[in-house]
Formats: sequence, structure tokens, C-alpha cells
Amino acid sequence: MTDPAPTPANAPVVPAKGRAHSLLGEPKVWFCAMGLTLGLLMVIGLLSLIIVEGVSVFWPRQVLELDVKDASGKIQTVAGEIRKEQAKRDVSPDATIHHEWLFFTGNKDVTGSAFRFVDAQAIADQRMPKDIIVAERMEYGDSIFYPVSLKLADGTEIAASEGSFLAKLRAKIAEGNARRDQIHTIEADQIGEINDRVRKLEIERRKAITDDDTKLLAELDAARADVQKEYETLAAKAGELRKQMSADVLNYRLADGTARQQAVGDLLRVEHPNAMSWWEKFGVFLHNGWDFLTGAPREANTEGGIFPAIFGTFVMTLLMSVIVTPLGVIAAIYLREYARQGLLVQMVRISVNNLAGVPSIVFGVFGLGFFVYSVGGSLDRWFFSDVLPTPTFGTGGILWASLTLALLALPVVIVATEEALVAVPRGVREAAMACGASKWQSIQRIVLPSALPGILTGVVLAMARGAGEVAPLMLVGVVKLAPSLPLDFTAPFIHAERKFMHLGFHIYDLGFQSPDSEAAKPMVFATTLLLILLVVAMNVAAISLRNHLRKKYAVSTF
Amino acid sequence: MPSALSEPPSSTADGHVAANPRMIEVDHFSFFYGEKKALFDICMDIPEREITALIGPSGCGKSTLLRNLNRLNDLIDGVSHEGDIRLDGTSLYDPAVEVISLRKRVGMVFQKYNPFPKSIYENVVFSLRVAGRNKRSELDEVAERTLRSAALWDEVKDRLHTSAYGLSGGQQQRLCIARAIANRPQILLMDEPCAALDPIATLKIEELMLQLKREFTIVIVTHNMQQARRCSDRTGFMYMGKLVEYAETMEMFQKPKDKQTERYISGKFS
Repeated sequence: MTDPAPTPANAPVVPAKGRAHSLLGEPKVWFCAMGLTLGLLMVIGLLSLIIVEGVSVFWPRQVLELDVKDASGKIQTVAGEIRKEQAKRDVSPDATIHHEWLFFTGNKDVTGSAFRFVDAQAIADQRMPKDIIVAERMEYGDSIFYPVSLKLADGTEIAASEGSFLAKLRAKIAEGNARRDQIHTIEADQIGEINDRVRKLEIERRKAITDDDTKLLAELDAARADVQKEYETLAAKAGELRKQMSADVLNYRLADGTARQQAVGDLLRVEHPNAMSWWEKFGVFLHNGWDFLTGAPREANTEGGIFPAIFGTFVMTLLMSVIVTPLGVIAAIYLREYARQGLLVQMVRISVNNLAGVPSIVFGVFGLGFFVYSVGGSLDRWFFSDVLPTPTFGTGGILWASLTLALLALPVVIVATEEALVAVPRGVREAAMACGASKWQSIQRIVLPSALPGILTGVVLAMARGAGEVAPLMLVGVVKLAPSLPLDFTAPFIHAERKFMHLGFHIYDLGFQSPDSEAAKPMVFATTLLLILLVVAMNVAAISLRNHLRKKYAVSTF
Repeated sequence: MPSALSEPPSSTADGHVAANPRMIEVDHFSFFYGEKKALFDICMDIPEREITALIGPSGCGKSTLLRNLNRLNDLIDGVSHEGDIRLDGTSLYDPAVEVISLRKRVGMVFQKYNPFPKSIYENVVFSLRVAGRNKRSELDEVAERTLRSAALWDEVKDRLHTSAYGLSGGQQQRLCIARAIANRPQILLMDEPCAALDPIATLKIEELMLQLKREFTIVIVTHNMQQARRCSDRTGFMYMGKLVEYAETMEMFQKPKDKQTERYISGKFS
């Protein structure tokens, strides 16, 4: 061994200044940083757009009253909220640029559309009247008006100028809301339960007819009559309540002077947006947000809340994770630990990876053909033949949707699990074997616990993938409006065959299938925000579980 | 008599009373990783309740030989062997020998300490648990006895149920030794057990080995010539897959018969 040639004393230790940066790879560092920055900017931009648009939906806006000159020079008064300002290029030869406002005027029952464009140049005057009211209604969306008087059922009339007017109106609205809940209980729960009984009686009756059992038939008819009577009492009660809903009437006047009437029972809430302080607005904001989270949708989903969709997404994602995790982990264990590593296993592995690239709609088609028609159809023939031709499992439902998505997310779990298994140090496995453990014992007791954090990472990714997927669901069980939740208090409590609502589909439905897309746009953002929050919440839960486990089995690093 | 392997180790009195000079017989043993021959016709008898050291430069096959004594090399794909290794007169490769019960008789400690991601207690009783022995009182008794004989009891008795990763390197290696001897094997294989430890922890392990020698037959692979000299009763020098010289340690270090051995132990090549 010879010493390396001695360095000349005057040799530069540091490269010359100009070259130093490129030698050290400085430009490449900057290049990489730029890539990350670009990605981050896009993500932050998207998220902040969704957050700003999604949250501002619930904030009460100022109402403007405008005097607008129309083409003939006549002044027309409109009241509403500015939703958008945009530039409009004139078609005239000089092509001047005008500003116009997208103006939310509400009162769809009067004007036919809740929105109109207002030319900024045509506005003669604008003001913010303090006493104008924005009311949320059961039908036709919001209304913006000046109250005139409240005519009660007993004939008394309270003018809007009286001090007690607003308090009285709100009390009546609260009464109406309570009554609406009552009607809902009667119609959805009690009458729903009666319908269930009728259906069962009907099935028994059909059987009795085929068996020619006249005694049973008579009994069933008697039972049927009882149920019918019960139904009629309930229906009468509901009808009575319904009539009360239209007993009190609110007289009001629109900004252009038209006088109108409205049953108080159809009002949900009234606010004075121009007279509210910041705190009052904040209260309304919280109230709106809460209603959105917990309420059921109304008016073709463009109004009301999205609770059924949140619940449906949550239950489906959970069910999917519960199905996909054991399946993926078992498959990965066999593939990595037991299968003889060779060409065949390599091909299986490549195929699994490529499965992740199959368009999700294809999984939907497969789910429809295999789960819904084949498996579900067979289940119907074997166990639910008495209600055929009405399908029970032979139609889309939350179970089939979860299974389809589980299949879709399977590659993610398999790949993650395999990598987690590979990362378990060889020494630990050998030590387990050297202690006299069989292969399965060492996998079960040592390898799997060590790999668990990595496996959970895969589950987190699979959950995110599943929760955001829409296309396959449209084929296997998601609906625009589900009459009931997949979990409730009627036996057997879990209704895996029921159709369900899903946030992702809700977004598609609101944005592209809605009769009034402009009115639905804020809801699209709010729903998107919620879907993201739901996925984040579920991921945080899984990640904290993973961190807990990682602390417990601190061996592999993920 | 193939049934001999499943019998429990005879626990006679202390000392070398029942010592068997041919506890392990390596008989013209050659070993292949695929096409590559790693061991060439090794013959050596390892006596009971002594420490036998294997020395030699890296890649000479000493770890391979060690890992064949509990058939851990079987886990690697494409390995094959010629010749035979006998334990108490029974071939390891006898079809009637179950690898798992063999490994229960031959404990092993590895170069890099590798406790399981479990509590200290669970690490020690692991070999009992996989053998299906789950009685709490028995496990408690074994854990204490084993940790005492691994000279670890006083250091960990108050935190038996905390993670094994909280221990220092030397403690973790002693825990691995405890784990290896918990189910009372006859033979303890040690693959450079002190390579990842500092001198003080190394000294502790060496003291421990000298104590364990009374109960177990120890085969140790080491790079540290001083360690082999200090601890072992017999030493084998391996080079390029061959056992060059195998003799009593004192004899080997004082007057080696082979030129290569002499050069190696005097530090002329490595």
C-alpha cells in the first residue's frame, strides 16, 4: 500500500467561487425546492378556495336595495345580495367594458329566478335598509322583503311597526318548526312503521291465498283493518297539524312594492342582516353551519343540510376499511412471507400494482355485475324470495358499495403491507425462529406487530382513496336522496342492503344535476369542505392509532 | 436414536462430571449457497460445557458454520450441504428431527442485539410462549431465574413490563442472551455477541459467558482475538471456508502449528 500523492501546498481546498455552487449541487437543491413549492402552492390554493367559499356560505350577507334604470329609462327597485362582480365586454363597436353584478334577489316564487345580473352603470341609487328581512323558507329558497303585518289565526293583526312584531313572528316560526318536527315523526317514523307492518301482512296474505287458508285470511284481514284504522288516526293528526301550519299569515312587501302573503308555517328563520352586529352575525353563522351539518337536504338538495350524506360516507368508508384491511394484510403476508419468490409471484405483484391503475368506473361495473346482480340476486332468491320481484340485496346498497371500494383499495393495502413486512429487520425474524418459533408464530407474534404502523399507513391511504371515490358508487348503491340511513333504531339496526347518500356524489349532483346551479354552487364548496374534513378526521384517527402503536412497537420507521 | 433430540437436557451436577467430549460432531461438512461453496469439508468435535471460539477473517465461513448448528441457514433459499452434523450423536438432518424442537435445544445470540418489539418480560419468556407454556407462575419464575443468570435482574426488575428498547445496548444484548437461555437449551450459539458493544459491556458479557459455561455448551464466533484467548477453552481458526486449525486455546495461541494461523493471531493479516 502506497501513500496517495501529497497534495501541493498551493492547491485550492475549496473550489473556485463560480464553480462552488454548481459543484455542491446548489442549483439542484433550488430546483427541487421549486418543485415542492409549486406543489404546495397548488394545494394551498385549492384548499383555501374551498375553505373560503365553503365557510362564507354560512355568513349572513348585507342586503342592498338598488334603483336600476332599465332600457326605457324606467326606474325599478330590487333588493338582494351581491354574489359576484365581473367585467362584461359590450358587443357595440366601441367595445367598452362594463361591470355587472350577479345579484341574489331571492323570491323565486315571484320572479322565477333567484338571480339576476345588474349593470353597474344602470344603478341610479343604492342603500342598505335596516328593516329589510331575509327569510329562509321551506319552498322557493330565500325571500327578501319588508314585513307589513302578521295576521294570526285568531284574527288579530300585528303591524310591523309595533315593537313586539319581530319577537312574535319568531315565536310563531319556532312553533311552526316544532310542529314540522312533530309531523315528520308521525309521517316518517310512525306511519313508516305501519307501512312496514302492512307490507308484512301483505306477504302473509299472499301466502295464505296460495295455501287457501281461509281462517288465516280472515285473521289477516282483521289485522289489516286495525292497522288501517291506526293509520287513519295518525294521518288525521298529521293533517290537522298541517292545517295549523297555514293558520298564521305574514303580509309583506317586496322591494318593488308588490304585496305578498306567506304562511308562517313555511318559514324556517328570519334575519335582519343589515341591522345585525358582528356577534349576531357570528351566531347566525354558527347556527347555519350546525343546520348544514345535522339537517336533511331540501328542495332537490340545494337547501338544507347534508347529514345523511356525511353519515353515509362515514359508514361506507368504515365498512370498506374493515373489509379491505384483513383481506389485504392476509394476501400480502402470503405473497411476501410464504409464496416462493419467483417469476409467478413477481407477476402477481405487478398485476396487483396495476390493479390500482384500472379506472374506478370499471370497478363499479364489476361491482354491479358481480356483487349486485350475481351475489345479491342469489341472496334474494335464497332468503328473500317472498318479497320478490322487489329486490332486497339484488340492488345497489351500502354493503355492495363498500365491497366494491374495498376491491378498489385492495392494491394500496397489499403494497403498503408488503413494504412494511420487508422493513421488519431480518435479525428479529431470525431471533424468533432461533427461539423455536414456527414461521407462523414468528409472523403473528413478532413480524406483524412490528409491521403494524406501516400497515396502518396503507389503511389510511386506502381510506382516503375510498372516501373520495364517486364514479363506481353511482352504479352500486349511491342515490341522490336516501329515504333512511343505513343505521337506525329499527331492528336489525344495520341495514346493509339500503341505498345511501355520499358526499362525493352529493357534490356531483349539486354541481351538475341541479336545476339551479347558481344557487347550488355555495353548497358544492361547503360539501367539498366537509368531505375533506371527514377524510382528514378519519386519517387523523388512524394516524394517532399508528403513532400509539409505533411507540409500543418502536422498531420500524414509517 | 432420533428420539434423543426431543428429550429434555439432562441437568446433572455442576462441573464437568457428565461432560461429553463430542457434544457436537461436525463430520466432513460442506455447505453451498446456490452454486457457491462456503464451507469445505469441516471436521470438528465440540465438547460439552466448554466455550469453543471460531476465529478467522471476514467471510471465512465461521458464521455460516455457526448458523448451521441450529439450521438457521435453512431459511435462505437455494442452500445445500454435504456431510453431516450430529448433536449428541443424532444427525441434525435426520428426517425425524423437527427443526423447531432442534432450535429449542440450541439457543442463539446475534451480532446486532435484536430484542423483540415487546416488553422485557415478554422477550425473556418468548421461547416458552411459542412452546405453548403460558402458566403465569411458571413464566414469572423462569423470567426471574433467567434474568438473574444473565446478570440483568437487578437492573430491570422494576421495569419488567416496559419496552425492551428502553435498555442500553449492553443490557439489550444481555436480554437477548437471557431470551436464548430461557427455555434451557443445551447449546448456546453466539455470533459476535460483542461486536456492537463498548468495552465495559463486552467485559460483562464475557463474565456472563464464563458463568454460563457451567450449564451450557457455548460456541462463539468472534473477531476479537483477545476475547477468544480470554474466554474460550478451544479455538478453531477458519480461512476461506476451511477449518485450518482447531486446538486448545492456550496451545493455539502459544504455539500454532499452521503458518496462516500464526500470521493471523499475531495480526499479520486479517
